[in-house]
Amino acid sequence: MNKGIAVVEMTAGAGIDGRKPYLRINNVTKKFGDFVALNRVSLDVYEGEFVCFLGPSGCGKTTLLRAIAGLDIQTSGTIEQAGKDISDLPASERDFGIVFQSYALFPNLTVNRNVAYGLENRKVSKADITARVEELLNLVGMPEQGQKYPAQLSGGQQQRVALARALATSPGLLLLDEPLSALDAKVRVRLRHEVKHLQHKLDVTTIMVTHDQEEALTMADRIVVMNQGVIEQVGTPLEIYRRPGSPFVADFVGTMNFLAATAIGNGKVRMGNIELSAGNDGANIGEGTPVTLCVRPEDVMTRNVEADTPNAFEVTVQDMEFLGSFYRADISPRDDEKTVFLADLSINLVRDKNIIKGMNLPVAFPESRIRVFSQT
Amino acid sequence: MTTAAAIPLPEIKPKLSGDDRIMRGFILLVGVWMVIAVLLPLYFMLSKSFEDNDGNFIGLLNYAEYFSTPALFYSIENSFFIAVVSTVITITLAFIYAYALTRSLMPFRGAFKVIAMIPLLAPSLLPAISFVYFFGNQGVIKGVLMGETIYGPIGIIMGEVFYTLPHALMILVTALSTADGRLYEAAISLRAGKIKTFFTVTLPGIKYGLISAIFVVFTLVITDFGIPKVIGGQFNVLATDIYKQVIGQQNFEMGAVVSVVLLIPAIAAFLVDRIVQRKQVALLTARAVPLEPKKSRGFDTAMGIYCATIAFVILAIIGMAIYASLVTFWPYNLTLGFTNYDFDVMDGGGWESFGNSLRMAAYTAVFGTAIIFTGAYMVEKTKGFALARGAIQFLCILPMAVPGMVLGLAYIFFFNHPDNPLGMIYGTMVILVVVTISHFYTVSHLTALTALKQMDPEFEAVSASLKVPFFRTFLRVTVPVCLPAILDISIYLFVNAMTTVSAVIFLYSSDTNLASVAALNMDDAGDVAPAAAMSVMIVLASATVRILHAILTRGLARRLQAWRKR
Repeated sequence: MNKGIAVVEMTAGAGIDGRKPYLRINNVTKKFGDFVALNRVSLDVYEGEFVCFLGPSGCGKTTLLRAIAGLDIQTSGTIEQAGKDISDLPASERDFGIVFQSYALFPNLTVNRNVAYGLENRKVSKADITARVEELLNLVGMPEQGQKYPAQLSGGQQQRVALARALATSPGLLLLDEPLSALDAKVRVRLRHEVKHLQHKLDVTTIMVTHDQEEALTMADRIVVMNQGVIEQVGTPLEIYRRPGSPFVADFVGTMNFLAATAIGNGKVRMGNIELSAGNDGANIGEGTPVTLCVRPEDVMTRNVEADTPNAFEVTVQDMEFLGSFYRADISPRDDEKTVFLADLSINLVRDKNIIKGMNLPVAFPESRIRVFSQT
Repeated sequence: MTTAAAIPLPEIKPKLSGDDRIMRGFILLVGVWMVIAVLLPLYFMLSKSFEDNDGNFIGLLNYAEYFSTPALFYSIENSFFIAVVSTVITITLAFIYAYALTRSLMPFRGAFKVIAMIPLLAPSLLPAISFVYFFGNQGVIKGVLMGETIYGPIGIIMGEVFYTLPHALMILVTALSTADGRLYEAAISLRAGKIKTFFTVTLPGIKYGLISAIFVVFTLVITDFGIPKVIGGQFNVLATDIYKQVIGQQNFEMGAVVSVVLLIPAIAAFLVDRIVQRKQVALLTARAVPLEPKKSRGFDTAMGIYCATIAFVILAIIGMAIYASLVTFWPYNLTLGFTNYDFDVMDGGGWESFGNSLRMAAYTAVFGTAIIFTGAYMVEKTKGFALARGAIQFLCILPMAVPGMVLGLAYIFFFNHPDNPLGMIYGTMVILVVVTISHFYTVSHLTALTALKQMDPEFEAVSASLKVPFFRTFLRVTVPVCLPAILDISIYLFVNAMTTVSAVIFLYSSDTNLASVAALNMDDAGDVAPAAAMSVMIVLASATVRILHAILTRGLARRLQAWRKR
């Protein structure tokens, strides 16, 4: 598969609402000695968009964010913000607000002073500062907490203050570096929602770095999946989840079955004795090429599978794991115990059909839910 | 795509912000300071050791002479003998003491800890003077030595143990109190005996601290000048040899040679210590559970008796110095009074030298703290500029390896050089302050670095994003948050400036005589009681400042508590 084409295709498809690109990243490369942390990364971020950089640790997502902020300037390549080339500018001459995982609140200053920190240095009157600080604290849902010191606040509250501080000077670009990672699971889910809401309300172009796919899927307008210093795929959460552009993305986002198969032409693949139609996905792969067939456990069709359903075949339930709202089952094609994949069985289905371990049943891989990647 | 990848893109040359320029400027200033205050003097000294009296290069001739003069090179053996024996005794005593403080529930642990720190407040010649009164020719318990003389290795070793005990204790207490309680629980559940647990859990856990303590004590002893000067008698060591060559015989070249000889073990010990310290970092994990000592009557009592004995000896040594200073004429007229404190009628500099010491210590504390903390901040927080930062980081660590005597002598060669425009500070208060700051630079620098590293590394990034210049954040956030460390540095500099003899002994002038040097000179002239009196004054001044510091820190802690604790 040609990654370059996939990226271009996705980027082109995502020019939301006809907005202009606000941030243009062009061939950005960052080297630390011999180690290449970013390898010719190009990306456009549109005005008012919420973009997530998603990837495992060491994939270059934070390096890219720090290059955009001017905290660690790239080795080569250019960055434009609002039509201006900012490639070589130090952080203090760029226009952004930033929130870190560690909050980085000044411990010896009250919440008010923290939020006002960037305003006090500008020619803003005291009254205006006070009003602005109050407005911001209201905005992040922390009214009347201004007299407290950061250590007297919970992690979630501290992160709200950090957000208010970053927004105080009305920057054109908001950068969030794993802002929710240090928080408890419940607080994280709530703040996810609030940050997204706030971003939408202020319409500020935002880039968030995260390694948490759920965070990226729920918050982002577009997700940039990164791996080993390059962009693997750019797309809306739905695109990334439904049509992963590479086996890496398929594996990193959500749960995916990877099954060995062989292309047999006409968009069809053979897995063991089973012939499956992979639609357009398999069309360009030459006959006899070994391929990886991807299908998500929840996409394995288990209801209303008839003899004439496309891509249907008989399987045996090897094992069942109860996960509360559904069962996740280990399943093998009926005469091929070595091939095992996961399928989600709803509680309803299990009850209706009385499914137990060792039972045979028909399933199908819907053509539109299959991804096929050439192994060569 | 493939063709584009082949063309290398132009490299981005980051533009410097105003902050970057100012910070780099500061770094260069620190670099200039270190070069002038440490590197160039050492270079001049090194080259002096290869020159004859008239300044001609004569290669290794001075060294050849040194190693063919038994009176000189025997001192190497003497120095090592003293250093090794003192280190073994100090580490043993300090280890048990530290173990008692951290692993037992004996009463008065706080008091024992404070008492053990008292030697830090005294000039190193104070214990030597006390021992003269205990064991000297007219000493009160000279019989204990069974005919042996205190003037020689016995006296030196005893003095060094007193002087180095708190240094070893601080390191060992830190090492022993960072134990992970879970390891001891595991040992108990595996039914390991007490002795096995000690050798398999305790000892490996403090391994690095122990090694570090050994080398710190070794270096302190081998470079110490005050104690062997006062109580060494005919027993020569390297540090006193430098003094004798330079002051006694005006043989500067040979002084330089001995300095180089002394520099070698000091640097070796320093290097080992640095390597060990680097390894230690990985040992501490955030998940460790602090070890809570359990009550054990027999053990606690034994430890209590041990610590009480040591504490008693320390207090007795200090007490004897105070007593000796108050006795009118030992041992014939034991009436107590302040005649020995009438320094103005004695040689050595009089009360003025005490005033000079206070001033010198105050200047050192104020300017030293400002220079060292700002320097550490720049080295830690400046972006890019890696080569200069690395070089300056090394220069900041270097002074630890240079014995005070060596640094002092090096200053003579450099600042007294006729062509040196900086020669105007020679013989003034300025050179005393500069040499003292440089001498005690490393520990202060490391204290500052530790405090700075505990700050969130993103404070500067946030400030830049808010377009607040770095010095504003430095003054409004960094300094207030690091205030406890800053106070620690200033008190450390003050007390050391009060007590030091070694670096300043070559550099004071008649206008800038210092209390510690005066004590030494009075002792030299046979005025032992006034020397004791001056030493007591130094202890008093150091202790007063320490207590003020404690009060200040406590007050500060209360004021700042709002943002420290919930």
